[in-house]
Amino acid sequence: MSQIALRPERERQVEQILSRYPNRQAALIPVLHVYQDEHGWISEEIMQVVAERLGVSSAHVKGVVTFYTLFNQHPVGKHQVWVCRTLSCALRGAESVLSHCEKRLGIHPGETTKDGKITLRTAECLAACGQGPMMQVDKTYHENLTLADVDRILDELQRS
Amino acid sequence: MLRPTNYLTKNYGLPDGHKLPAYEKEGGYEQARRALRMPREALVDDMKAANLRGRGGAGFAMGVKWSFMPWPPKPERPHYLVINADEGEPGTFKDRTLMEKNPHAIVEGCIIGCFGIGAHAAYIYVRDELHLSKERLWGAIEEAKAKGYLGAKPFGLDYPVEVYVHTGAGAYICGEETALLNSLEGKRGEPRLKPPFPAQVGAFGMPSTVNNLETIAAVPTVLAMGGDAFSKLSDLHNLRDGGCRLYGVSGHVKKPGVFEACVGVTLRDLIYELGGGVDGELLAVIPGGSSCPILRADELVNAPDPKSPIHPWHGKSVLDVPMGVDTFRALGTMLGTCCAIVLSDRVDPVLAFHNLMRFYRHESCGQCTPCREGSAWIFRILDRIVAGEGTLEELDQLHEIADNIMGNTICAFGEGTAMPALGFLRKFRPELEDFVRTGGKSSTRRLT
Repeated sequence: MSQIALRPERERQVEQILSRYPNRQAALIPVLHVYQDEHGWISEEIMQVVAERLGVSSAHVKGVVTFYTLFNQHPVGKHQVWVCRTLSCALRGAESVLSHCEKRLGIHPGETTKDGKITLRTAECLAACGQGPMMQVDKTYHENLTLADVDRILDELQRS
Repeated sequence: MLRPTNYLTKNYGLPDGHKLPAYEKEGGYEQARRALRMPREALVDDMKAANLRGRGGAGFAMGVKWSFMPWPPKPERPHYLVINADEGEPGTFKDRTLMEKNPHAIVEGCIIGCFGIGAHAAYIYVRDELHLSKERLWGAIEEAKAKGYLGAKPFGLDYPVEVYVHTGAGAYICGEETALLNSLEGKRGEPRLKPPFPAQVGAFGMPSTVNNLETIAAVPTVLAMGGDAFSKLSDLHNLRDGGCRLYGVSGHVKKPGVFEACVGVTLRDLIYELGGGVDGELLAVIPGGSSCPILRADELVNAPDPKSPIHPWHGKSVLDVPMGVDTFRALGTMLGTCCAIVLSDRVDPVLAFHNLMRFYRHESCGQCTPCREGSAWIFRILDRIVAGEGTLEELDQLHEIADNIMGNTICAFGEGTAMPALGFLRKFRPELEDFVRTGGKSSTRRLT
């Protein structure tokens, strides 16, 4: 259990989240985000802990975790790179951004670089249609990308 | 006619435009202060007079929606206001600008909205990826609280209001209002059967109103102007489609972006004036998010019936029809979110079709068989066609599959998949046939 604990500021975050809703179950998705921020992914153990904290069954938690694409059910790289490839971005060169990432990193979408630093993903529409092509790196949007921008961003990630 | 406005966007260009001082300098929170002293009925009547049609895509009259709430509220059945900011319809990127650049209009709208529907709590459901939006909303909530505009006694009045930001976890379907409610309750985001409607059984089983984020952000403007005056900003006031709104344009235009103008802008205005013109020649435009059937640039309006809302444009280009909920429905498409995707003649429409159907296949929640299977079949057939292995029979099968999704699902996602599919099939049949016959050699094979 000990490796599932949250650091104190995240623990406070969970308490804050719980205070916002008329029941504990409603806090499930935001609380799962807190655990994922801490651990990088949602393990069976985390599902169990969260289920007990919120008074719901672990089957319910698993149902939720498997429904939403942003919850990682396996360990992932230190950084997440999401390339949007839906129509507005595709019209402005998303495919070349994606294939450039694939070449640079030597991996396909869904895979993680050998050093464990970067997981490459494709995303469906990220609401940045006017600023395509774009990619999301962890919690930051990078928009109006050129391939030189992509190189710079990936360089930074690889150095981190 | 293009008449730009800046009610919602006036502080977009200022570095601290999202903060309270900038908002208050322009009269911010005066309307919430006033609304909380109004009789509830007068407030709802003003909203009805505004003819503010929901900005999330369905275009339902917002004041009428508020009036569906049971009245008076029962203490054991608290009401909730839920704001839909799960922006994710391909082509749509307007709500995000409000959250990032004018979050106080949203918070003020929530205070007024809570009062209007008898709620004491509002949840703003923001898709998880929009981290800056969430940060700006929380910032605005904190600023408003510190000033005493939110909390136990807003403006010193005995009407407690709390506003919270809730987050999703990457599921387009949660933009469907009942899926959103399930997600807010900590469940899988699967749509619910209606009835009961949210006004009876909504968030946490209680009476709730779900409004789009832009809709609620417009509420302070409506109140400041008066509902009738707001409605009359619009060229389509007589069709009960009032006010001003945000327009987005993306794809092959020279200046993609989000713009605010009175209702009545045409696609030609949006593409050539606001969007700076097409980068290349115009092939087609998807008027309001990807679920709206595509329009070809060379299409003419066919509305010989004088009763049709678009009869005045009979025989003219579809690009010259004012963009409204009823006008675009009459055109056989939808206004949707009013964010257009522009395709130049370099684009292979078969690839565009394939791209969008991948989206729907990915985002179908899987609850209803016709949608879950149908969206996957459509995509698989298109995959074969794009690989040069499709047959003409399969084009007919695409029609049949799409037809069988329509009307056979719990929520409108089914139609949202089938209608654009049928749109591409009808409007680009010759291109699709050529593509199939030549194994793709007839095509530009490009999207850029």
